[in-house]
Amino acid sequence: MNEVLLILGMMLVTFGVRYPMLAIVGRLQLPPLLVRALSYVPVAVLTAIIVPEVMMPDDTINIGMDNAYLVAGLLAVIVSWRTKNLLATIVIGMGGFLLWRAVIGA
Amino acid sequence: MRHATLTIMTTQTTTIYTRQGEFLAGIKDTFPMVIGAIPFGIIFGAVAVAGGLSPAAAMGMSLFVFAGSAQFIGANLFSQGVSFGIIVLTTFVVNLRHALYGASLAPYVKHLSQIWLLPLAFTLTDETYAIVISRYQQHDDSPYKHWYFFGSEVIMYFNWQTCTLIGIVAGQQFKDLANLGLDFAMVVTFIGIVIPLLVNRPMLICAIVAGVTSILANGLPNKLGLMVAALIGIAAGMIAEEIFQRKEVKT
Repeated sequence: MNEVLLILGMMLVTFGVRYPMLAIVGRLQLPPLLVRALSYVPVAVLTAIIVPEVMMPDDTINIGMDNAYLVAGLLAVIVSWRTKNLLATIVIGMGGFLLWRAVIGA
Repeated sequence: MRHATLTIMTTQTTTIYTRQGEFLAGIKDTFPMVIGAIPFGIIFGAVAVAGGLSPAAAMGMSLFVFAGSAQFIGANLFSQGVSFGIIVLTTFVVNLRHALYGASLAPYVKHLSQIWLLPLAFTLTDETYAIVISRYQQHDDSPYKHWYFFGSEVIMYFNWQTCTLIGIVAGQQFKDLANLGLDFAMVVTFIGIVIPLLVNRPMLICAIVAGVTSILANGLPNKLGLMVAALIGIAAGMIAEEIFQRKEVKT
């Protein structure tokens, strides 16, 4: 795949999402239904990415203790839930992941 | 201080807002977000290169796309050989929330010229939005709040480029970083972003439904499972919101 085209494509859709709302919406009213739907987008999209990566790191469901992604993922959920601190979540989550992998001898 | 306070002899205080004052205040207030973005940026650079993107392409993504989660996902999909169309579509979906930010800020910036709106839109991110919307909602009449906005974006942008660069260089030096499972860095960052957003039951339901659907739909070709899970998750959240509101109205 041509990398330049990829970046161009990503850039255009990203700008195409950011700009119109900022520049035009002052003159337009967004339907309230759309605004409500948009508020669910980050949670839905990011969760849909997280869950398969954590539960199916090798394309088959693995809920065993040897799944470092799952173990560290749960740790990260707990840390994030209690601290709401992104940096702490990343550091403890990654640390836990690397440690667990070393411990189970992956 | 984001403004100079001028005290006149009659003990009347006037606040003077300046472009420079607002600009510097924007930078200063964004600093905590900048710190949070540092590991994210470095890890992106390393993971992108480890996944097969050329250093120039990884840098290009940060320079021209400037969207952390979309970049991460894009680099991840690229390393899995997913097609151009799907990556671009996924980028679109992942960045859709920026439309919401734009809509929310629009009333405050509609007086600005395109020379301002174009760069302000180009570098709009979650972090800048959070900082800037607070400033705009403060009830003062500073005419230079867009300089605050600009300052916030400038510091985020330059920090992101620097961190990407560091990550790219580190990723090249330590090629076996990829085997360490650095793709988990993306997962843990997203967890850290999503959990604080689950503030009510509809959001929680949205997340649960999206999560379950993403597993069920995992076999779909072209990563369509992601889209399907996201759409069904959004629908579930909206329906839950409706149901809970009706229940409240009844009681």
